[in-house]
Amino acid sequence: MIYIQNYLIIGALLFSIGLAVAVTKRNAILVLMGIELMLNAVNINLIAFSQYDPNRLQGQMFALFVMVIAAAEITVALAIILKIYDYFKNIDLESTSELKK
Amino acid sequence: MHIEDLLKHIDQQLVLQIAFFTFASITIGGAVYLLFTRNVLYAAFSLLVTLLGVAGLYVFAGADFLAVSQIMIYVGGILILMIFGIMLTNKKKDQQKADQLNKILVSHHNRFWVTIVAILLFLGFLKVIFSANFQLVSKDVHQGTTVQKIGVELMTNYVFAFELIGLLLLAALIGAAYVAKKEKI
Repeated sequence: MIYIQNYLIIGALLFSIGLAVAVTKRNAILVLMGIELMLNAVNINLIAFSQYDPNRLQGQMFALFVMVIAAAEITVALAIILKIYDYFKNIDLESTSELKK
Repeated sequence: MHIEDLLKHIDQQLVLQIAFFTFASITIGGAVYLLFTRNVLYAAFSLLVTLLGVAGLYVFAGADFLAVSQIMIYVGGILILMIFGIMLTNKKKDQQKADQLNKILVSHHNRFWVTIVAILLFLGFLKVIFSANFQLVSKDVHQGTTVQKIGVELMTNYVFAFELIGLLLLAALIGAAYVAKKEKI
Protein backbone atom coordinates (compact mmCIF):
# COMPACT_ATOMS: atom_id res chain seq x y z
CA MET A 1 0.00 0.00 0.00
CA ILE A 2 1.53 3.26 -1.09
CA TYR A 3 0.11 6.24 0.71
CA ILE A 4 -1.43 9.02 -1.33
CA GLN A 5 0.86 11.57 0.32
CA ASN A 6 3.81 10.09 -1.59
CA TYR A 7 2.15 10.86 -4.90
CA LEU A 8 1.20 14.33 -3.74
CA ILE A 9 4.73 15.15 -2.60
CA ILE A 10 6.19 13.94 -5.91
CA GLY A 11 3.60 16.04 -7.72
CA ALA A 12 4.46 19.10 -5.64
CA LEU A 13 8.20 18.64 -6.28
CA LEU A 14 7.66 18.23 -10.02
CA PHE A 15 5.44 21.32 -10.11
CA SER A 16 8.01 23.44 -8.28
CA ILE A 17 10.86 22.24 -10.50
CA GLY A 18 8.74 22.82 -13.59
CA LEU A 19 7.99 26.37 -12.47
CA ALA A 20 11.69 27.03 -11.87
CA VAL A 21 12.58 25.59 -15.29
CA ALA A 22 9.89 27.63 -17.05
CA VAL A 23 11.04 30.89 -15.46
CA THR A 24 14.84 30.56 -15.42
CA LYS A 25 15.60 29.17 -18.87
CA ARG A 26 16.13 31.58 -21.72
CA ASN A 27 15.56 29.11 -24.54
CA ALA A 28 11.89 29.02 -25.59
CA ILE A 29 11.81 25.24 -26.05
CA LEU A 30 13.08 24.69 -22.52
CA VAL A 31 10.30 26.91 -21.22
CA LEU A 32 7.88 24.55 -22.96
CA MET A 33 9.59 21.64 -21.22
CA GLY A 34 8.97 23.32 -17.86
CA ILE A 35 5.30 23.68 -18.74
CA GLU A 36 5.18 19.98 -19.62
CA LEU A 37 6.65 19.15 -16.22
CA MET A 38 3.93 21.17 -14.50
CA LEU A 39 1.20 19.43 -16.52
CA ASN A 40 2.68 16.07 -15.56
CA ALA A 41 2.66 17.04 -11.90
CA VAL A 42 -1.05 17.83 -12.14
CA ASN A 43 -1.66 14.51 -13.88
CA ILE A 44 0.10 12.62 -11.10
CA ASN A 45 -2.23 14.22 -8.57
CA LEU A 46 -5.33 13.42 -10.62
CA ILE A 47 -4.35 9.80 -11.09
CA ALA A 48 -3.35 9.37 -7.44
CA PHE A 49 -6.81 10.46 -6.34
CA SER A 50 -8.45 8.43 -9.09
CA GLN A 51 -7.28 5.11 -7.64
CA TYR A 52 -9.79 5.53 -4.82
CA ASP A 53 -12.58 5.95 -7.35
CA PRO A 54 -12.35 2.67 -9.24
CA ASN A 55 -15.91 2.64 -10.51
CA ARG A 56 -15.99 5.90 -12.39
CA LEU A 57 -12.31 6.78 -12.89
CA GLN A 58 -13.01 10.49 -13.15
CA GLY A 59 -9.41 11.48 -12.40
CA GLN A 60 -8.03 9.25 -15.11
CA MET A 61 -10.47 10.63 -17.66
CA PHE A 62 -9.44 14.15 -16.72
CA ALA A 63 -5.75 13.24 -16.98
CA LEU A 64 -6.36 11.79 -20.45
CA PHE A 65 -7.90 15.06 -21.62
CA VAL A 66 -5.02 17.02 -20.07
CA MET A 67 -2.55 14.90 -22.06
CA VAL A 68 -4.36 15.49 -25.34
CA ILE A 69 -4.57 19.23 -24.72
CA ALA A 70 -0.86 19.28 -23.86
CA ALA A 71 -0.12 17.62 -27.20
CA ALA A 72 -2.24 20.20 -29.05
CA GLU A 73 -0.56 23.02 -27.14
CA ILE A 74 2.95 21.82 -27.89
CA THR A 75 2.35 21.56 -31.64
CA VAL A 76 1.06 25.11 -31.90
CA ALA A 77 3.79 26.43 -29.60
CA LEU A 78 6.54 24.78 -31.62
CA ALA A 79 5.09 26.18 -34.84
CA ILE A 80 5.19 29.65 -33.30
CA ILE A 81 8.77 29.06 -32.13
CA LEU A 82 9.80 28.05 -35.64
CA LYS A 83 8.26 31.27 -36.97
CA ILE A 84 10.11 33.29 -34.33
CA TYR A 85 13.34 31.60 -35.39
CA ASP A 86 12.65 32.45 -39.04
CA TYR A 87 12.16 36.10 -38.13
CA PHE A 88 14.80 36.75 -35.48
CA LYS A 89 17.24 33.89 -36.27
CA ASN A 90 17.23 33.27 -32.53
CA ILE A 91 14.93 31.83 -29.88
CA ASP A 92 16.59 33.46 -26.91
CA LEU A 93 13.69 35.00 -25.03
CA GLU A 94 15.62 38.09 -23.93
CA SER A 95 16.48 39.11 -27.49
CA THR A 96 13.06 38.48 -29.03
CA SER A 97 11.22 41.06 -27.02
CA GLU A 98 10.52 43.60 -29.75
CA LEU A 99 7.37 43.57 -31.83
CA LYS A 100 8.80 44.81 -35.09
CA LYS A 101 12.35 45.32 -36.25
CA MET B 1 15.43 -24.47 -0.10
CA HIS B 2 13.53 -24.13 -3.34
CA ILE B 3 13.09 -20.94 -5.25
CA GLU B 4 9.34 -20.92 -4.54
CA ASP B 5 9.97 -20.92 -0.82
CA LEU B 6 12.39 -18.08 -1.28
CA LEU B 7 9.81 -16.10 -3.22
CA LYS B 8 7.22 -16.68 -0.52
CA HIS B 9 9.46 -15.18 2.11
CA ILE B 10 9.93 -11.91 0.24
CA ASP B 11 7.75 -9.20 1.62
CA GLN B 12 5.65 -8.01 -1.30
CA GLN B 13 4.93 -4.65 0.25
CA LEU B 14 8.63 -4.00 0.66
CA VAL B 15 9.29 -4.81 -3.00
CA LEU B 16 6.43 -2.53 -3.99
CA GLN B 17 7.82 0.31 -1.89
CA ILE B 18 11.32 -0.12 -3.28
CA ALA B 19 10.05 -0.13 -6.87
CA PHE B 20 7.85 2.89 -6.21
CA PHE B 21 10.67 4.93 -4.74
CA THR B 22 12.97 3.88 -7.56
CA PHE B 23 10.53 5.31 -10.07
CA ALA B 24 9.99 8.38 -7.91
CA SER B 25 13.73 9.06 -7.70
CA ILE B 26 14.09 8.54 -11.47
CA THR B 27 11.34 11.11 -12.00
CA ILE B 28 12.71 13.68 -9.59
CA GLY B 29 16.31 13.12 -10.66
CA GLY B 30 15.48 13.73 -14.30
CA ALA B 31 13.59 16.89 -13.41
CA VAL B 32 16.44 18.22 -11.25
CA TYR B 33 18.94 17.53 -14.01
CA LEU B 34 16.67 19.35 -16.45
CA LEU B 35 16.71 22.30 -14.08
CA PHE B 36 20.48 22.51 -13.69
CA THR B 37 21.94 21.46 -17.03
CA ARG B 38 23.01 23.99 -19.63
CA ASN B 39 23.01 21.64 -22.60
CA VAL B 40 19.65 21.73 -24.37
CA LEU B 41 19.83 18.21 -25.79
CA TYR B 42 20.74 16.76 -22.41
CA ALA B 43 17.73 18.61 -21.03
CA ALA B 44 15.55 16.90 -23.63
CA PHE B 45 16.89 13.49 -22.69
CA SER B 46 16.42 14.14 -18.97
CA LEU B 47 12.83 15.10 -19.79
CA LEU B 48 12.57 11.68 -21.45
CA VAL B 49 13.75 10.01 -18.23
CA THR B 50 11.27 12.05 -16.20
CA LEU B 51 8.34 11.17 -18.44
CA LEU B 52 9.18 7.47 -18.32
CA GLY B 53 9.37 7.67 -14.52
CA VAL B 54 5.98 9.34 -14.41
CA ALA B 55 4.60 6.52 -16.56
CA GLY B 56 5.94 4.07 -13.97
CA LEU B 57 4.22 6.00 -11.19
CA TYR B 58 0.94 5.78 -13.14
CA VAL B 59 1.25 1.99 -13.13
CA PHE B 60 1.60 2.03 -9.34
CA ALA B 61 -1.59 4.07 -9.11
CA GLY B 62 -3.46 1.45 -11.14
CA ALA B 63 -3.67 3.48 -14.34
CA ASP B 64 -2.23 1.11 -16.90
CA PHE B 65 -3.92 2.60 -19.93
CA LEU B 66 -2.72 6.06 -19.01
CA ALA B 67 0.83 4.82 -18.50
CA VAL B 68 0.88 3.47 -22.04
CA SER B 69 -0.75 6.68 -23.31
CA GLN B 70 1.88 8.69 -21.47
CA ILE B 71 4.69 6.81 -23.19
CA MET B 72 3.01 7.06 -26.58
CA ILE B 73 1.91 10.70 -26.44
CA TYR B 74 4.71 12.30 -24.46
CA VAL B 75 7.75 10.23 -25.34
CA GLY B 76 6.66 9.26 -28.83
CA GLY B 77 5.10 12.54 -29.83
CA ILE B 78 5.87 15.59 -27.75
CA LEU B 79 9.49 14.83 -26.99
CA ILE B 80 10.28 13.98 -30.62
CA LEU B 81 8.65 17.24 -31.68
CA MET B 82 10.76 19.11 -29.13
CA ILE B 83 13.97 17.49 -30.36
CA PHE B 84 12.99 18.46 -33.91
CA GLY B 85 12.46 22.00 -32.65
CA ILE B 86 15.87 22.05 -30.98
CA MET B 87 17.56 20.74 -34.10
CA LEU B 88 15.81 23.22 -36.38
CA THR B 89 16.50 26.28 -34.27
CA ASN B 90 20.18 26.15 -33.37
CA LYS B 91 22.61 28.66 -34.73
CA LYS B 92 25.44 27.37 -36.84
CA LYS B 93 27.75 30.33 -36.37
CA ASP B 94 28.69 29.27 -32.85
CA GLN B 95 30.14 26.05 -34.18
CA GLN B 96 32.92 27.11 -36.47
CA LYS B 97 35.66 24.80 -35.33
CA ALA B 98 35.46 21.23 -36.53
CA ASP B 99 37.02 19.75 -33.41
CA GLN B 100 34.57 21.52 -31.12
CA LEU B 101 31.70 19.60 -29.57
CA ASN B 102 28.35 20.54 -31.06
CA LYS B 103 26.79 21.68 -27.83
CA ILE B 104 23.65 23.78 -27.84
CA LEU B 105 23.82 25.75 -24.63
CA VAL B 106 21.21 27.76 -22.80
CA SER B 107 21.82 30.46 -20.26
CA HIS B 108 19.73 31.13 -17.20
CA HIS B 109 18.39 34.33 -15.81
CA ASN B 110 17.18 35.47 -12.36
CA ARG B 111 18.02 32.13 -10.81
CA PHE B 112 18.20 33.39 -7.23
CA TRP B 113 14.66 34.70 -6.88
CA VAL B 114 13.14 31.83 -8.79
CA THR B 115 14.87 29.30 -6.56
CA ILE B 116 13.45 31.04 -3.51
CA VAL B 117 9.97 31.21 -5.03
CA ALA B 118 10.05 27.53 -6.05
CA ILE B 119 11.22 26.40 -2.61
CA LEU B 120 8.55 28.50 -0.91
CA LEU B 121 5.92 27.07 -3.26
CA PHE B 122 7.05 23.54 -2.46
CA LEU B 123 6.95 24.22 1.28
CA GLY B 124 3.47 25.65 0.87
CA PHE B 125 2.36 22.51 -0.96
CA LEU B 126 3.90 20.35 1.77
CA LYS B 127 2.02 22.27 4.44
CA VAL B 128 -1.25 21.81 2.57
CA ILE B 129 -0.60 18.10 1.99
CA PHE B 130 0.23 17.34 5.60
CA SER B 131 -2.48 19.48 7.11
CA ALA B 132 -5.19 18.00 4.89
CA ASN B 133 -7.00 15.11 6.47
CA PHE B 134 -7.99 12.84 3.61
CA GLN B 135 -11.01 10.66 4.29
CA LEU B 136 -10.61 7.87 1.80
CA VAL B 137 -13.94 6.49 0.66
CA SER B 138 -12.80 3.07 -0.49
CA LYS B 139 -9.67 1.51 0.90
CA ASP B 140 -9.34 -1.20 -1.71
CA VAL B 141 -7.35 -0.24 -4.75
CA HIS B 142 -8.83 -1.46 -7.99
CA GLN B 143 -6.99 -4.43 -9.43
CA GLY B 144 -7.00 -5.33 -13.08
CA THR B 145 -7.16 -3.41 -16.30
CA THR B 146 -8.93 -0.08 -16.73
CA VAL B 147 -9.08 -0.11 -20.52
CA GLN B 148 -12.67 -1.30 -20.84
CA LYS B 149 -13.91 1.12 -18.21
CA ILE B 150 -12.17 4.07 -19.87
CA GLY B 151 -13.63 3.09 -23.24
CA VAL B 152 -17.15 2.83 -21.87
CA GLU B 153 -16.81 6.14 -20.02
CA LEU B 154 -15.48 7.88 -23.13
CA MET B 155 -18.48 6.74 -25.14
CA THR B 156 -21.13 7.48 -22.50
CA ASN B 157 -20.43 10.16 -19.91
CA TYR B 158 -17.62 11.97 -21.67
CA VAL B 159 -18.76 11.69 -25.27
CA PHE B 160 -19.18 15.44 -25.68
CA ALA B 161 -15.70 16.17 -24.36
CA PHE B 162 -14.36 13.37 -26.54
CA GLU B 163 -15.82 14.86 -29.71
CA LEU B 164 -14.70 18.32 -28.67
CA ILE B 165 -11.16 17.14 -28.17
CA GLY B 166 -11.16 15.62 -31.65
CA LEU B 167 -12.19 19.00 -33.00
CA LEU B 168 -9.47 20.69 -30.93
CA LEU B 169 -6.82 18.35 -32.30
CA LEU B 170 -7.96 19.04 -35.86
CA ALA B 171 -7.84 22.78 -35.22
CA ALA B 172 -4.36 22.48 -33.66
CA LEU B 173 -3.15 20.43 -36.64
CA ILE B 174 -4.41 22.91 -39.21
CA GLY B 175 -3.25 25.90 -37.16
CA ALA B 176 0.25 24.52 -36.62
CA ALA B 177 0.67 23.64 -40.27
CA TYR B 178 -0.56 27.09 -41.28
CA VAL B 179 1.59 29.00 -38.80
CA ALA B 180 4.77 27.07 -39.57
CA LYS B 181 4.61 27.26 -43.34
CA LYS B 182 7.27 29.21 -45.18
CA GLU B 183 6.25 32.53 -46.60
CA LYS B 184 8.06 35.53 -47.96
CA ILE B 185 8.40 38.28 -45.41
